[in-house]
Amino acid sequence: MSKELIRLVNCQMAFDDEIVLDDINLYFNDKEFLTLLGPSGCGKTTTLRIIGGFIKPTSGDVLFDGVRINDVPPHKRKVNTVFQKYALFPHLDVYENVAFGLRLAKLPEEEIDERVTEMLEIVSLKGFENRKVSQLSGGQQQRVAIARALVNRPKVLLLDEPLGALDLRLRKDMQNELKRIQQAMGITFIYVTHDQEEALSMSDTVVVMDKGRIQQIGTPEDIYNEPKNAFVADFIGESNILDGVMLEDRLVKFFGRKFKCVDAGFEKNEPVDVVIRPEDIDIVPPDDGHLCGTVTSVTFKGVHYDTIVDFKGFKWLIQTTDYNKVGSYIGIRLEPEDIHIMHKSEYSGMFGDYSSYSAEYDEMDDPEVYLEGSSEEAEESAEGGEDEE
Amino acid sequence: MKKFNRVFTVIVLLFLYTPMIVLAVASFNSGMDIAVFKDFTFDNYGELFKDGVLLPLLLNSVIIAVISSLIATVIGSAAAIGIHSMGPRLRSFTMGVTNIPLTNPEIVTGVSLALLFAFVGTMMKINNILGFATLLIAHITFNLPYVILSVMPKLQQMDPHLKEAAMDLGCTPAQAFFKVVIHEITPGIVSGALMAFTMSLDDFVISYFVYGPRFVTLPVEIYNYTKKPLQPKIYALFTLLFAAILLVMVVMNLLQERDERRSRENRRAFRRKQVNV
Amino acid sequence: MKSRTLAAPYLVWMALFTIVPLAIVAYFAFTDSQTGEFTLKNISNLGNYMPILIKSIWLALISSVICLIIGYPVAYYIAGCKETTQRFLYMLVMLPMCISFLLRTLAWVALTEDTGIINNLITALGMEPLPLIRNNGAVVLGMVYNYLPYMIMPLYSVIMKIDKRLIEAAEDLGCNGANVFKRVILPLSVPGVISGFTMVFVPAVSTFYISQKLGSSGTTLIGDVIESQFKTAYNPNLGAALSLILMVMIFICIGVMNRFSDDEEVITV
Repeated sequence: MSKELIRLVNCQMAFDDEIVLDDINLYFNDKEFLTLLGPSGCGKTTTLRIIGGFIKPTSGDVLFDGVRINDVPPHKRKVNTVFQKYALFPHLDVYENVAFGLRLAKLPEEEIDERVTEMLEIVSLKGFENRKVSQLSGGQQQRVAIARALVNRPKVLLLDEPLGALDLRLRKDMQNELKRIQQAMGITFIYVTHDQEEALSMSDTVVVMDKGRIQQIGTPEDIYNEPKNAFVADFIGESNILDGVMLEDRLVKFFGRKFKCVDAGFEKNEPVDVVIRPEDIDIVPPDDGHLCGTVTSVTFKGVHYDTIVDFKGFKWLIQTTDYNKVGSYIGIRLEPEDIHIMHKSEYSGMFGDYSSYSAEYDEMDDPEVYLEGSSEEAEESAEGGEDEE
Repeated sequence: MKKFNRVFTVIVLLFLYTPMIVLAVASFNSGMDIAVFKDFTFDNYGELFKDGVLLPLLLNSVIIAVISSLIATVIGSAAAIGIHSMGPRLRSFTMGVTNIPLTNPEIVTGVSLALLFAFVGTMMKINNILGFATLLIAHITFNLPYVILSVMPKLQQMDPHLKEAAMDLGCTPAQAFFKVVIHEITPGIVSGALMAFTMSLDDFVISYFVYGPRFVTLPVEIYNYTKKPLQPKIYALFTLLFAAILLVMVVMNLLQERDERRSRENRRAFRRKQVNV
Repeated sequence: MKSRTLAAPYLVWMALFTIVPLAIVAYFAFTDSQTGEFTLKNISNLGNYMPILIKSIWLALISSVICLIIGYPVAYYIAGCKETTQRFLYMLVMLPMCISFLLRTLAWVALTEDTGIINNLITALGMEPLPLIRNNGAVVLGMVYNYLPYMIMPLYSVIMKIDKRLIEAAEDLGCNGANVFKRVILPLSVPGVISGFTMVFVPAVSTFYISQKLGSSGTTLIGDVIESQFKTAYNPNLGAALSLILMVMIFICIGVMNRFSDDEEVITV
């Protein structure tokens, strides 16, 4: 990919005595779509606000094109932001909201008009120029916010959970729209979200964060297929995570059985976490199976069935298009490429057990995240304010 | 800029408190002339407590303030709930009526009530109708809008489904109100009552037009006094009142601050625990 | 029982003690004080009081503008403080209003009199005493002093509620501090300016005590005239007519100001 644009060097951020970002090292390339992904409180929004210039890191440097910009105020940065819940100016109409930055740059009236009109066309809001922002739907407000930021032709666009307030259908449409706009404009997007599906489908690069630290950086495929630890494996998609021992390169032992795998470079007899994605598992008659267990629960999910199978007290989630009755005894086969090996980490043993499986796992994530997200945001800004005092 | 504003704010606060300082100093002055400080003395305070007029008048003011703010709180809170469930047209009419005493100059409200009472007096052939009752009616009238305006926002902020949820769980509408809704709007009711109380305690203009010689409140009496030379014991009375109010306010502020700090610490500790799990 | 019937006692009360009294004011304004017959005499009499009415409006306007100029920086500063400091400062601003405004006005008399505290200080320094009292300036001082908190109150609550993210958004789009203020904070505080302006103007234009104490016979205001018609001159019909005019005038003023606040063009300074 192209050249590097922004770099964070050893960035640390603390509010009072609470460390919210711990030694972040990260670079952003030109024309890249990069997503900061993580649960609420992981530090993704703080990272974005450091880049935007709204807060200064407690220590560490922010570099733009190789120049340190820690002390450059937001209005002098070639970066624009699409805010969470948009922050549109209620006293201005759609046109004036979009023209806001251009007027400050004191551009001639014709150029302002030209660029605003063009931008409104790009975000399909032609004809809405004189509407008040309070009269717009969520999706339209969203597009005004994007137009307002992009019309200034920033080098980097920061987006803070921009689709969080939209309903599912609209969110899907806007995902495509955003990707299209990013490619059309040819600029860097830095995107913050807690929605893993959003991150995977839109990004060139995904940065998974938790507890103020970067857990993994990679392409969406890397992140999904080769998670670095139990947190990433569990946060991105569904995973069965088991304790295992790496006997030698390409040979792992778990459940008292040896399995061939494709991973190498571990210590001999190193304890590891073994990840098996639920959709990789093939169900076979018990006699042909590597492992055998009893089906304890089946949930229809549309494309597939979520099938919970009890293997010697450890419950796995298997996603399969075949229906197996509760109580039936089945076998499974694991191919070497279905088995991913990870080093043990502080997250080991915390995820990947479906003993307390609930059919609602997808939906369960959201309300909690929203609640925490909003309180976290309020507190962060309050504390940020204190910090400046 | 921030520094300038800070200095400016301090100057404005000094401006606001200058008269209070003058009054407080005057209360310890042995001379009659407020502008010349003669000797330091507590005599004015002694006089105040021996005085048979001022303290009963203060009591009159308090009585009127308590009764009128209580009645206004009951009628006003009920009205707010009623207004809240009105259709848009009826609601905007009612709020328009509520705005009349708020936007009308006090003197017009006072004059209009004085004329009403005079009118009723002639109709019913009561000679001196002005007194406790007329004062009370006038105070309730100008207190009502304050109660409504502090209860209404609480009702609007309330989750509209709260009452339905309570009824869904088996409450009658009345039960739903007393078990759930009232908790949500209590802060508004309390602040409305407090506002009504202070407004009523300090009201002079309206009272001045509807009081009768049989029942006089302190502000009215001070006005009548100020036509004659003012006695220093009045300064003593208000210095005491001011000190008392200041004390109450500061204590309330500190208590609130402590509560908030505590809850903030709890929250932080809780979060730290979560992170460490 | 529908819950909106809960408003019935209130509506009855307001009808009896707000609407009916205003109707009586109108009735008195159009009747003769002796005969009780319909007359336009009281209203036509108003011509004599025009200069006083204009003077009242003028002084009240000046006071409102001064309150705005003084009050805005204070409200802005308070709204930018830490939450606990905000509450404390707000309390300090409101507190003087708990003390009888009659006495506070008297204290200003004591300060500004020819042989008052300030002039005593000035003469002690060997200078000529200043004519501080019994003029328009003193009346304006009294109005500004008494009603300044009414200006700060709504300004503060509007400025405080401005979403901090809007300020960040403006910075993000290229505003420096001054531009953030001019393009975002000031336009968004217009509702506070309007309600503060009304809350100062209405009591100032109708006051009768401040001008009696700090002014002279040359600064008689419309409030003084109304008061004297009821308390000393005993011509309630003329007083009612003046009250009616005052009321109508204020409703027109408020209407005009609200019209301004709806108009977007006026807001963008």
